[in-house]
Parts: sequence; C-alpha cells; structure tokens
Amino acid sequence: MAQSEVKSILIAGVGGQGTVLTARVLSRLLLQRGYDIKVSEIHGMSQRGGSVVTQVRYGDKVHSPIIAPKSADHIIGFELLEGVRALPYLKEGGTIIVNEQRIKPMPVVIGKAPYPDDLEDFLRHCGAQAKLFDAHLLAMKAGNAKCLNMVMLGAWAKNAGLELEEEECLSTVAANVPPKFLEVNIDGFKRGYHAF
Amino acid sequence: MKQLMTGNEAIALGAWEAGVNVVAAYPGTPSTEITENAAKYDELYAEWAPNEKVALEVAIGAAISGGRAMACMKHVGVNVAMDPLMTVAFSGTEGGLVLVTADDPGMHSSQNEQDNRRLGRFAKIPVLEPADAEECRDFVKAAFVISETLDTPVMLRLTTRVAHSQSLVEKGERINRELPPYRKDPQKYVMVPANAKPRHTVAEERLLKLKTYSDETELNRIEKNSETIGVICSGIVYAYVKEALPDASVLKIGLSNPLPEQLIRTFAASVETLYVIEELDDVMEEQVRAMGIKTHGKDIFSLEGEVFPEIIREKLCGEKTVPAYRYDKELVVRPPVLCAGCPHRGTFHVLKQAKVNVLGDIGCYTLGALPPLSAIDTTICMGAGIGMALGMEKVRGKDFAKQTVAVIGDSTFLHSGITGLIDAVYNKGCTTTIILDNHITAMTGHQQNPLTGFTVKGEPAGKLHLETIVKGLGIDRVSVVDPFDLKTFAAVLKEELATEEPSVIIARRPCELLLKGAREACYIDSERCLRCGKCLKIGCPAIEKTGVGKPPVIKSELCVGCGLCERVCGNDGVITKVGE
Repeated sequence: MAQSEVKSILIAGVGGQGTVLTARVLSRLLLQRGYDIKVSEIHGMSQRGGSVVTQVRYGDKVHSPIIAPKSADHIIGFELLEGVRALPYLKEGGTIIVNEQRIKPMPVVIGKAPYPDDLEDFLRHCGAQAKLFDAHLLAMKAGNAKCLNMVMLGAWAKNAGLELEEEECLSTVAANVPPKFLEVNIDGFKRGYHAF
Repeated sequence: MKQLMTGNEAIALGAWEAGVNVVAAYPGTPSTEITENAAKYDELYAEWAPNEKVALEVAIGAAISGGRAMACMKHVGVNVAMDPLMTVAFSGTEGGLVLVTADDPGMHSSQNEQDNRRLGRFAKIPVLEPADAEECRDFVKAAFVISETLDTPVMLRLTTRVAHSQSLVEKGERINRELPPYRKDPQKYVMVPANAKPRHTVAEERLLKLKTYSDETELNRIEKNSETIGVICSGIVYAYVKEALPDASVLKIGLSNPLPEQLIRTFAASVETLYVIEELDDVMEEQVRAMGIKTHGKDIFSLEGEVFPEIIREKLCGEKTVPAYRYDKELVVRPPVLCAGCPHRGTFHVLKQAKVNVLGDIGCYTLGALPPLSAIDTTICMGAGIGMALGMEKVRGKDFAKQTVAVIGDSTFLHSGITGLIDAVYNKGCTTTIILDNHITAMTGHQQNPLTGFTVKGEPAGKLHLETIVKGLGIDRVSVVDPFDLKTFAAVLKEELATEEPSVIIARRPCELLLKGAREACYIDSERCLRCGKCLKIGCPAIEKTGVGKPPVIKSELCVGCGLCERVCGNDGVITKVGE
C-alpha cells in the first residue's frame, strides 16, 4: 500500500509536555537529510492537559501527513499510559521508546478510574521493541523537568537508524530552543542520547 | 531553500506574496495561526476584529477601496459573517477578496462539524480546497486572481489537517501591486433593491463563467492511472487517496465550486468504478449524481468525522488493519482540563456550591463542564448563554432566573455577548451574567482583544473598559470580584441572583499562563488532613488522590501556588505554601 520508503514516527504525550518542540527539532534533523517531510499535529483544546499526538512522516515523497494503524516505525511515548495508548499504531517489529513516568489523568486523580499498574510489564512482553526509561528523572538531573522533550528526542535520535551524530543533533537543538534554556536542553538531549 | 511550514503559515505567506494589504480575523481553532503569521509581515496590516462579521466587513471595505484583503475564521465563524458575505457575493469588490474558512471535521476543537463548502455554494462564490502547505500558498494567490478577474469573493476552505499539517514550501517574492485610485460606484456597492437586482444577474452570469473556468483551470486535474478505480477528491482527502490507492486514477479537485462538469464526465467515462471520497457532506457527490453519473460515495463512507487512508483501504479493498500490538483492557481516557492556577476554577467552584443553573459559552471555561467540576448546563455557540438565560426566564419565570447565571469570557462577551445583554436590559430580564475577565483570549493560544490594549502585532491599541461598556448598556448593578476570593464571590452572587434586574459580575483575574513569576507550590499536611476530599472536587491537575482513606498529595512540579485549594479546604494549616 504505502510507498515502502516512507517512514513514520508517532509522538504521544500529555498536553504541555513539549511534544510540539520535539517534533519541530526532529523534523529539522530529517530536513537536513534531504527528505520530503509531512508533520501533523492538532492544536487547540487537547493542549489543555489532554492526550496529544504529533505525527512525522518522511521519505522520498510523502502524501499523507497521517499515520495509519500498524504503520509507525517508531513511537515516542512521553508518558507511560499515552505510549501504550498509541501502541496499535506501531508496525510489526517497530520500536517504542517510552518515558515510564505516570501522569494521572483527571478520572484517575478524582478516583473514578484506576491507572493500570501492569503497563510496563505489558510493554516489555508485548513483542515490540520496547525501550523504557525514567526520562523524567533524567530531565530533573539536567536541571529542569521541562527538558523532558529533549531527553526523549535524544533517545530517539540514537535509535532512529539514521546514524544521527550527537554533534549534528545538538546544533539543530541549539537553533530551535530559546537561548535562555539552551544549556539545560543540551544536557537533557545528551542524557537521552546516552540512555540506551 | 524549502521550509517546513503549516498550512496556516503558508496561507499567510501566500497573502504576503499576493500583495495583500489587509488581513482581518477573529481567533478560532484551526484558523488562528494564519493571522498570527500574517502579522509578522511588515507590509501587511493584520488585525484581530471583535468578531468574524466585523473581520469580513473590514476586508470588504479594504477590497472595495481597491486593496487586496483576506478575512480568516473557523468554520462556525463564517456563520457569524454570513450576512455581509451573502451580499458582497452580489456586489463584488474592486481589489481581490478572499475568505478563509478552516473547517474541523472530527471536531478536534469545535462545537459542530458543518461543511462550509455548502456555504460557498449557497453564496454562489468559488471555493478552493488546498491539499497541503504549498497549495495553501499557491491557492491564495490563485484565489486573488480569480477574485479580481471575475469580480467575486473567493472562499478558501481548509480543514484542520491542512491548516495544522506541515509540509515543504519554497518562499517566493511579494508582487508589487499598485493601489488603483478610489472609484465611487453606488450602483455596484449600494445594495438597495434597484441596484441589487442587476447584481444578482451578474452573480448568476459569473457562475456560468466560473463553470467554464473550472473545466479549464489547472486547479482541477486528472491523474490517469489504472482504469479499474477512479476517485474524485479534494483537499486533504487527495493526500489520503494517493497514500491508500497508489494505482487508482484520480480527479483532483482544487476548485470545488463550481465543479468542472466536462472534466468529471470525461473522467467518469474513463474508469470502471467511480468513487467520490469527501469528508463530511456529499457536496461533490450529489452534484456528480445530478449529472446522471453513477458513483459510490456516502453509500460506503460516513457523513461524520474524518476519512483516513486506512478507512479508504477498508472500504474499497476490504482490508481491515489488525494492530500488531494492543493492550487488551480498556485504557482510561485523558480529557483536557483547566490548567493549574486557572481563575475559572474559582468561578465554577462558587457556582457549583451555589447549585445554580449555568448557561455557558465558548472558551477555556467550557472545560468547566467536565468532571469533577461538572458545572455547566449548556454550551451552544459564541455569545449564546446570555440570550438563552433570558429565554429560560421567559418560560420558567423570575424564580428560575434567580437560580440561573450566564457565564461568558471577556473576548466572547465582546464578540457577541453584548447584544444578548442588551436584550436582557431591554426586555426586562433579571439575568445575572458573569463575565470571566482573564485579560486575554486564552483558549486559542493567547490572542489580544479590544480589552487588552494591544494589537495582533503587539503594538499599543485602543483599550476598552469592561465596566463602562456594561454600565453603558443600562446595567446598574456591576460588581467586580476576584474568582479566588471565594467568600466574597459567593456573597456577591447570592445578592445579584436575588435582585429582580439584570446584573453583571466581572470575575477578574489574569490567565495563569500570563503570570510569569513562579510562586511557591502548596502542600498538604498529611497528618492534619481530614480526608474530606474537598480539594479533589475542584479538578486541579496538580492535586492527586493517592488511595481510599489516604490524604491527597499536591504535585510540586505542576502546582503554581494559586492557593485555591487552601481556600476550598478551609481547615487552617492543612494546606499551606511550601515556604510558609
């Protein structure tokens, strides 16, 4: 069906986690490699702490900005539940990189629904290439929980199968984050890059 | 070098390249970023108008005076702008006039999912539908050429996926367009019946010319491939069809009103099975059928939501995707919430405690409808709550009105709440209206408005005074409260509900996201906590239940220290600031 060269990356997280900036830097990295790129993200209501998904597709020629189920090469899950929610989009044998941090959605916060306690186990044994790590902790170590998005980007870059060198990535990161937070973002990226 | 940009950025670029003079809009997802990006070009005048009707009128004035002008809005915004649209469709303009409508199939951020291609047809104006960012730029330029060649406003219809998806665009040059001298032409622009009748004739003749143009223009093209399947499609669906059916022949429609009849006939005759695939309504399909051509369309596709590549594969090829990996149990949903520190949380807490009926409106505060606040009875459209409160009062009487409030945001009030309030004064209602003044148009991502004192370009602007406006409408009872001062708010609410005249309470506190300085987080003293659960009922994302009979905890990384939970708790010393 789809042109075989087209690769798809699905970024799933919680509104406010910075998935949009990750997609921005990630797509600039791909752009430097000369790919045709399409990115799809939804702004608006969902940004207020709801589930958010950004989709990046690249190849020689990309038509649809939307990733069909079972066709993502990579899923970058910024939060455990959101990573698992996106899993049906993963291609057979695809890689899912997940921050194992739990952010409780409102129905859980007010005690109306449980946050499943078996998600890590499920991910480890579902058959997909699952890479779980505490990216939140790494972001805190880098000096600011908000650089989680760069930690996740770093983890993806190392595992993207594109031979993305750390230095190449860092200059693209530097060109796309506010100068005020440059150091912490660079540190966050490095920690993610060397996580696996 | 090609740049990655959203459809919305590309629309702004197209306007700049087309030599546009004026862009006017009211914010509305998914259209907002068009005007934000247009404002970045020095050569363009861009503005936030108080509503879409005014935005279109500003654009019409600019175009009748000889400039090129564009008005941008979300799909429901066009409903507000329909009045000027339907008549400028008769008069035409001197300079080009383009109306951008951003529809929202799937309702990512909207109260309905109407198909505005029908409104373009209704107004008898051309409708263009770009499929990606590059086409967004190109179609804006094409739209101005059509507008000026045929003296017609042009509708450019986006959908959320076109507006918010990014693809590569090569930036071009801005054309140098000389402003023609102002020309008075009352027979063309004074739409009294004697003048409007001949203009209707002109509009009908124009539509005939457009039909011929539709068959000739490169905006509509056949991509010949296998003869087995032929698909007619437009906008983002074209991208989906190319993805899902690489071997199919495609008639790509760029100008969807009027449709290219001859091209459709030629295309239909060249394929064995014809499909019209479109999101939402069967706008193209019913016209194709009316030509006497047999086609599939809504007999297999839905009239609701979006059409994705996998849906096309499933419907046409019988392929159903079975996920390779899936968590079998149900996953708890994650609905959007009011931000930690949001001033609306205080308002909805007070309203819930008062057990009143709440007629809501459109904005961040619509989220007050969700659990655990669950504090809103109705949300219909921008500005609706105030008029609805009066309607309820006329049916159910003053005692009901004394238990009912209309809640509306500051920007929404200026958009179309003012007229509702005028009605309440004029027709002797006793509605209590609460205006949530958070100093910004928040939901769409912090746009300026007539109350903020700044333009879309961030320059100082005329600044309206809310209390003066309300008093000027004839409301004598106007109070201003801090929504986090729960006791005062509750007392004022009680008093205003009891009075038999219309009153306004302005709940004033800036949007939390405007406050830059970080305050210290709150924490719960777990030993002194009574486990009453009151703090959990305000729906703050920073407060978490930890288990049955256990004290909740406040997540310090999410808490902004607004102190609302401390006030709701009411037990001295249980919830305090970390530093205290």
